[in-house]
Amino acid sequence: MTVDLVGLAVLMAAVTYPSRALPLLVPGFERLPAPALTYLRLVGPAMLAALAAVSVLLDEEAGITFGIEAVAVLLCVGIVAWRRSLLPGLIVAVGLVALARAAGLV
Amino acid sequence: MTAPLLDLASARKRLVADMSGIVASTFAFGLVFGLSARAAGYSPLEAIASSVLVFAGSAQFAAAGLVAAGVGWPVIVVTTFFLNSRHLLYAAALRPSLATRRSTERAAMAHVLTDEAFALSMVHFRRLGRPDSRGYWLAAIGAVFIPWNVATIVGVVGGSRVADPTALGLDVVFPAAMAGIAVALIVGRRELVAVAAGIGVAVVVGLVGDPRIGILAGGLIGPLVGMAVPATPIEAGRDASGEPPIGDPMP
Repeated sequence: MTVDLVGLAVLMAAVTYPSRALPLLVPGFERLPAPALTYLRLVGPAMLAALAAVSVLLDEEAGITFGIEAVAVLLCVGIVAWRRSLLPGLIVAVGLVALARAAGLV
Repeated sequence: MTAPLLDLASARKRLVADMSGIVASTFAFGLVFGLSARAAGYSPLEAIASSVLVFAGSAQFAAAGLVAAGVGWPVIVVTTFFLNSRHLLYAAALRPSLATRRSTERAAMAHVLTDEAFALSMVHFRRLGRPDSRGYWLAAIGAVFIPWNVATIVGVVGGSRVADPTALGLDVVFPAAMAGIAVALIVGRRELVAVAAGIGVAVVVGLVGDPRIGILAGGLIGPLVGMAVPATPIEAGRDASGEPPIGDPMP
């Protein structure tokens, strides 16, 4: 069994951990001014929405796309907004995509 | 802190319900990573080391592809740094909520900070009206760390005997969960504008450049656009109080 790539994993971890740890460990970060806290409060929804949008709307070859995955995500968003619960939205989204693929529609 | 919407037991019950979808998604992605690592020539020990030590899906996938293509380690390490730089924003957003925890615990929390752990714990804290470090650990370890690592082992050891999770539609769980949680975090027009701007910037930057840079740009610029929107009286009061990012109860 080879172990060469364990060294690569250690190096990758070494450049990943500071991004995760510095804001949590640097003293005084919790005493940021109100505008900075407002900004940080908005980072969560903006970043998560950006992640979701890029995942379903961008395709390496086709550029922008709007497939069954995007429809499923929009459906999930609607259900979460309606029911205030994530799980039903995820079940419907997965079910829709699985059905569409099983039926050969995509 | 805001008044709680739910008591601790009820909030954790909701957290566990939210986690169930994330567990399925994480397991599916972990499985695919294990298969990709195997195809790229990783041994089981190397794949497990990657999932335990790096514990960052997109960077691990990219590394497997680059290793398979024979790209040198320095390029892979630099790529990893940029791919994972978004965690800086997550950690910064969580810091006010975790400020009372010991630095050693925060140092450990940092290693398991992922998109999913951040999203689940932000919503959980808001339902509860206060931080809950056990809730964070539950989300980070139970929903992500364990499924990711178990699935990596299954994928890299099981190889071709493993079914393709995309046929079951499980690949859509991740974007659906991220979008759904983003919606749950919208409590005012500033969040709404930040989300819309974040999506717009991410897609445009992703189209003309790298989608991963687009995500980071959307996460950085979206909130700035949101802050430019005049605050409602409720939002103004919240901002003036310097309330931590987990602030508001759901409407």
